[in-house]
Amino acid sequence: MARPLSSARFRAAALTLPLLAFVGVTFIAPLGSMLVRSFYEPHVADALPRTLAALRAWDGSSVPSEDTFRILATELRPLDQQRKLGGVATRVNRLEGGMRSTIMDTARALRGAEPDSWREAVIAADPAWGEEAAWLAVRRAGERYTIRHYLNALDLDRDPSGNIVAQSPERRIYVPLLLRTLGVSLAITVICLILGYPVAYLIANASPAKSNLLLLLVLVPFWTSLLVRTTSWIVLLQNQGVVNDLLVAAGVIGDDGRLALVYNMVGTLVAMTQVLLPFMILPLYAVMRSISPMYLRAASSLGATFLQGFVRVYWPQSLPGVAAGSLLVFILSIGYYITPALVGGRTGQLISNMIAYHMQESLNWGLAAALGVILLLAVMSLYLVYNRLVGIERMRLS
Amino acid sequence: MKHATASFELGERVTRAVHLAVCGAVLVFLVAPMLVVIPLSFNAEPYFTFTEGMLRLDSDAYSMRWYRNVVEDAEWRLALVNSIVIGLAATAIATTLGVLAALGLANPAMPGRGFVTSLLISPMVTPIIISAAGMFFFYSKLGIAQTHLGVILAHAVFGTPFVVISVTATLVGFDQNLVRAGASLGGGPFLVFRRIQLPLIAPGVMSGALFAFAASFDEVVAVLFLGGLQQRTIPRQMWTGIREEISPEILAVATFLVVLALLLLGTVEWLRGRASAKPGEAD
Repeated sequence: MARPLSSARFRAAALTLPLLAFVGVTFIAPLGSMLVRSFYEPHVADALPRTLAALRAWDGSSVPSEDTFRILATELRPLDQQRKLGGVATRVNRLEGGMRSTIMDTARALRGAEPDSWREAVIAADPAWGEEAAWLAVRRAGERYTIRHYLNALDLDRDPSGNIVAQSPERRIYVPLLLRTLGVSLAITVICLILGYPVAYLIANASPAKSNLLLLLVLVPFWTSLLVRTTSWIVLLQNQGVVNDLLVAAGVIGDDGRLALVYNMVGTLVAMTQVLLPFMILPLYAVMRSISPMYLRAASSLGATFLQGFVRVYWPQSLPGVAAGSLLVFILSIGYYITPALVGGRTGQLISNMIAYHMQESLNWGLAAALGVILLLAVMSLYLVYNRLVGIERMRLS
Repeated sequence: MKHATASFELGERVTRAVHLAVCGAVLVFLVAPMLVVIPLSFNAEPYFTFTEGMLRLDSDAYSMRWYRNVVEDAEWRLALVNSIVIGLAATAIATTLGVLAALGLANPAMPGRGFVTSLLISPMVTPIIISAAGMFFFYSKLGIAQTHLGVILAHAVFGTPFVVISVTATLVGFDQNLVRAGASLGGGPFLVFRRIQLPLIAPGVMSGALFAFAASFDEVVAVLFLGGLQQRTIPRQMWTGIREEISPEILAVATFLVVLALLLLGTVEWLRGRASAKPGEAD
């Protein structure tokens, strides 16, 4: 770049700065905040600093000393009085089941107590304190920086000696869910490609007036509220819905044999396919428009059958559109939330729904954040591939 | 040779018939679901299904009661006001910042264009649940969760990629010499923008703004995470309705939203027609 251009460079960059700053504060900083949440867990560490200091010196192979019991009891007392113990107890409970009531009961039993032996008093309040497991759980919950949310999100755990081991089979839920999300996204991408390819071909080869009309038909659902489309699918697919009514009226199924088409995986697949189909058709159409029909004619005059002409001549030229549309649909599906939440029932949920569950119901925000970071990494790497293959600047809206 | 061509043509004819049938079915699959809600919203009964009377086109089977319910319901009215206020504020922020950034990105001298563009587009491709969760953490720290401001900022940042993309599209092929010519004739930067660039990009700005408004008007996840009772919007009300007490009122609102979508689409298509007849390129 020559020197006289530098002021032009500066002016161009200055125009983008306000938006960059805005995106930085309102969007990038929140993502950073989620990243921090996923490994920084100060709650227990701040609440029980002296207990944790004592436990760090403890060898973990036998019940801790009388001193440790006394420190724990004295640290629990003010937390109990200020009603701040619940948050601590919940966090320890996530590492060792039953610890919530152990901690709450112990604090209640020790109110106003001044025993000679804190060890006996605490174990009398709840015998769990006589086992190493309870203390190990407190010590681990007190780690200020932790990878346990990531371990949890990948169905891993630590055994008492700190080695990383697989979660017991009945508690493995996140990896299967992640795989299911990838599988469902792949299925939706393939279905959208199969349904969208012929339509894009038709639009690309129709007369201008017809092609404009057809494009409008594709764009109407694109503009219609997602909630409206999801509502429509409930109306159509529910037990007493239009599709089941038609099937019963046509005698395909009996009135007692109505199909379960919604509030399960079928609902998720059907509704998401319809919602994402325009994102497949539009990039396909953009590429197909530039493929001259003369190539197929040339193939025919050289003796190819229609199928040969299509497979050897047309399909390879349409591949950039196939790649662009498929990547876009795949990226959008793996993060999908609203449609599965409304029509997916129990079996049609995806990874996003699990993140929402931990954000809103279980309030395990660290785990929600770790799942979010993993999903974000998956989407970002696909986005980079998309950017490299298609170019983000060629993304079009209509 | 002749035989091959004939088989090609036969194959083509059969394929074309199958092809048209498939396309018809796919287009019905795309469009029909939205049309189903319209007649059902006039159902006289509190059901989500066509009653026998409706099928006989009996006028008693149809009524406006769900529309009346919606119009008279204070919650829906608050939701409409919130949707409009939040949508307009978010659109204003997104459009102002997005147009400026698009002008910078369209300048050939822009450094690091690829990186900056992908950063600015990223709010559109990030899964909404992740953005909303992050915003919940960060906006709570700033003290703007459960406020209109928080929802407006979230919707504004979701809307900016639409403005950047559609304005950048109208600036493709823009001749920077026009700006230099304007400056050499004594125009200041603002005058040059207003008289030379703005008329050219106006259709792109308008459609970008409409996209941003539509995105905000349909957004529910950020409202779920960042909004309280006072920030309930139309999609938020529909969400509750679909999950809890499903009633044809929702279909009445859905019909309203379908009509709104058609209006927005019509406007954007009209603007696109104007943008493709760019006056500046002939100059």
